Amino acid sequence: MNGFGAKWENFLRIFFEYKGYEKVLEGLGNTLLIAFLGMFIGLLIGTLIAIVRVLPRYKVLPRILNGIATFYVELFRGTPMVVQLLLFYYVMLPLLGMHMTGVQVAIWVFGLNSGAYISEIMRGGILSVDPGQMEAGRALGLSFWTTMVKIVIPQAVKNILPTIGNEFIALIKETSVVSFVGASDLYVAFNYIGSNSYEFMVPYLVMAAIYLVMVILISILIKQMERSLRRSDRRN
Amino acid sequence: MTAETNMKLIDVIDLEKSFDGKNVLDGISVAINQGDIVVVIGPSGSGKSTFLRCLNCMEDPTGGKIMFDGVNIADMSVNIDVHRRHMGMVFQHFNLFQNKTVLQNIMLAPVHVQLQDLKRNQRKNAWNGLCNLFRSKEKQVAMVPITKTKASINQEARETALKLLERIGLADKADVYPSTLSGGQKQRVAIVRSLAMNPQVILFDEPTSALDPEMVGEVLELMKQVAKEGMTMVVVTHEMGFAREIANKVLFIDGGKILEAGTPEEIFEHPKNARLKEFLSKVLA
Repeated sequence: MNGFGAKWENFLRIFFEYKGYEKVLEGLGNTLLIAFLGMFIGLLIGTLIAIVRVLPRYKVLPRILNGIATFYVELFRGTPMVVQLLLFYYVMLPLLGMHMTGVQVAIWVFGLNSGAYISEIMRGGILSVDPGQMEAGRALGLSFWTTMVKIVIPQAVKNILPTIGNEFIALIKETSVVSFVGASDLYVAFNYIGSNSYEFMVPYLVMAAIYLVMVILISILIKQMERSLRRSDRRN
Repeated sequence: MTAETNMKLIDVIDLEKSFDGKNVLDGISVAINQGDIVVVIGPSGSGKSTFLRCLNCMEDPTGGKIMFDGVNIADMSVNIDVHRRHMGMVFQHFNLFQNKTVLQNIMLAPVHVQLQDLKRNQRKNAWNGLCNLFRSKEKQVAMVPITKTKASINQEARETALKLLERIGLADKADVYPSTLSGGQKQRVAIVRSLAMNPQVILFDEPTSALDPEMVGEVLELMKQVAKEGMTMVVVTHEMGFAREIANKVLFIDGGKILEAGTPEEIFEHPKNARLKEFLSKVLA
């Protein structure tokens, strides 16, 4: 244990005296920024795609939209996140002649990627809502979209909230690959501390602990949201 | 009863509906007049529910016409939502919005469509006002008068909804969610939900079939009240007693065709069609 104590002191020294905490705070901020904004974009895209994929298909436009949506989902589910990050940063941006920071790229790629997964979760949620709800809305003269947004989606979200929580947690943990495009997240911060102290055991342990605490806090948050959404249920 | 108001409200002409090549409705023609209480009876699988659902295009007809207010709503290019505002529908499984309270269930559609109209008129006025700046005095386009505000629409809908709830004796349930109501209560709320839109006709799709026997009475009672107020109703039901007492026209449908139509007396006392006689002997036994 003596060895470990020395390592711990070494870590603390780098952490405080060599401004390691600044790196960690920056990394933590970036990690949360990418996860939250990515999730936000993902929810928007995912909901839109899910609705497109449940549109009635007797007209041409819904069929074309559905084809595009299916292609999108297969594309983003079929390639690893790291590959998407690299393609976006090193292929697409130069081709378009655009400049973005690593964090911005990460936000967009995480948004687009989780949008593909969330769309399937959301589609399942929409299908789980009694079709009678849509019929009732339409029979009252509300449009498909109005009924979808006001009646079906809120009920779908209630049903899929635990799964969306899973997706969000996965997203937080997956942010640890954004250093591939030069964004500094938690991993980069602790790697910096490790390289400066020539010792990786403590920094990586602390990093794991921070991820764990973040995820636990988030699952508590989701539980709370679920509880408030379940007001209209009898089983509470 | 309908002598003085003999105005065609819905005119169904040669209505056809097929699912995957199988004909469910096979050339149905019937006229529904203002104030009519039409009861549709028939064995299960006869197409009577499909017929009802075709009337407001919940199922899109594959052939024929449905003239409502002089418009063929079976035409796919018609904006069906506008016409559905004037056709209420009550379902077998109530279909109250689960995520809305009872009051919100009743208020939602009236408020939404009125706000939609309000916004459209405001847009129209803004555009016309802009154009008027460039028009000569004689060619000025008149503004659409706007008397309502968002708040007044909400307030009005709320008062109507509360009045309707009062009427069915469920005013104390205004702020509860539908999952806490009994079946009969749910169906009565569903009926006033469609009444809140001031429809010209209400379609009932087996409104009492999913209810416990003891709750059938309260729902039928409300339907009778609504009928007596002069509402045009088309009712698919197995309640022969209700048909006899309230209907002024009974349709017997089997195999996607109207086999016999007439007054309740003609249908129940002097049936002519052999299939109808067989059906009645089973259900009235």
